[in-house]
Amino acid sequence: MSFSISKQDDVVVVDVEGQLIVGNRQELKQKVLDELERGEKKFLIDFSQTGYIDSSGLGVLVSLSKKIREQGGELRLANLNDDLQTLFELTKLDTLFQISDTRERALESF
Amino acid sequence: MALPRVALDVEIPSDVKYIEEVVELATRQCRELHLPSHKCSLNLPVALSEALSNAILRGNAQGNGKYVRVTATVSDDAVVFDVADQGPDFDMIAERIDPTTPENVMREQGRGLFLMYRLMDHVEHIRDHGNVVRLTLRRE
Repeated sequence: MSFSISKQDDVVVVDVEGQLIVGNRQELKQKVLDELERGEKKFLIDFSQTGYIDSSGLGVLVSLSKKIREQGGELRLANLNDDLQTLFELTKLDTLFQISDTRERALESF
Repeated sequence: MALPRVALDVEIPSDVKYIEEVVELATRQCRELHLPSHKCSLNLPVALSEALSNAILRGNAQGNGKYVRVTATVSDDAVVFDVADQGPDFDMIAERIDPTTPENVMREQGRGLFLMYRLMDHVEHIRDHGNVVRLTLRRE
């Protein structure tokens, strides 16, 4: 499991490779908060290479969403597979996040 | 009808770094038993992760020298996972909240038990020298 960060124009793109769970959620949180502190405002988390997400991983996404918004920024999600889509629907987090089918559509949505 | 058999029996220290490995072992069993694919890729990994997190972080409070044991028992119609810690009793029902209500959806915590109950066919809390959370997944 790992997180890689890249920049596409003015959007910080985070790829979640593997699981987003209690054992690694702090790493994701810190990486995004570091970018936010540097003044970045637009964030996209891409789940195309993600296995599963547990409740603490979902909690970190909620936390990041709040912190980014507090700083006047935006967080978008992309590439949820069917399982992850089900997870977001079950928890009603699909109503909280702007979710795109593809990375390209998510980037265009900013 | 075949007798239930133990398909998995592992014991891990109280550290969340072991969760992924145990979930991977359980998921492999799930696939070998030809359970529906969403049960192996979503229901089991998430629910078992939650049960393990609870056992490590809350049950055992990450205590040194405390262990969490996971067993999987397979019968003709179900796979039953027992996640046992060595911690004090807790009231699982009382701690459940509905994280989908408008006042709770923005909360950062409180989805673990909800997901366990929603993703498993049956969840049971047994007190036996610690807590045992029993997760039942039907094979159909």
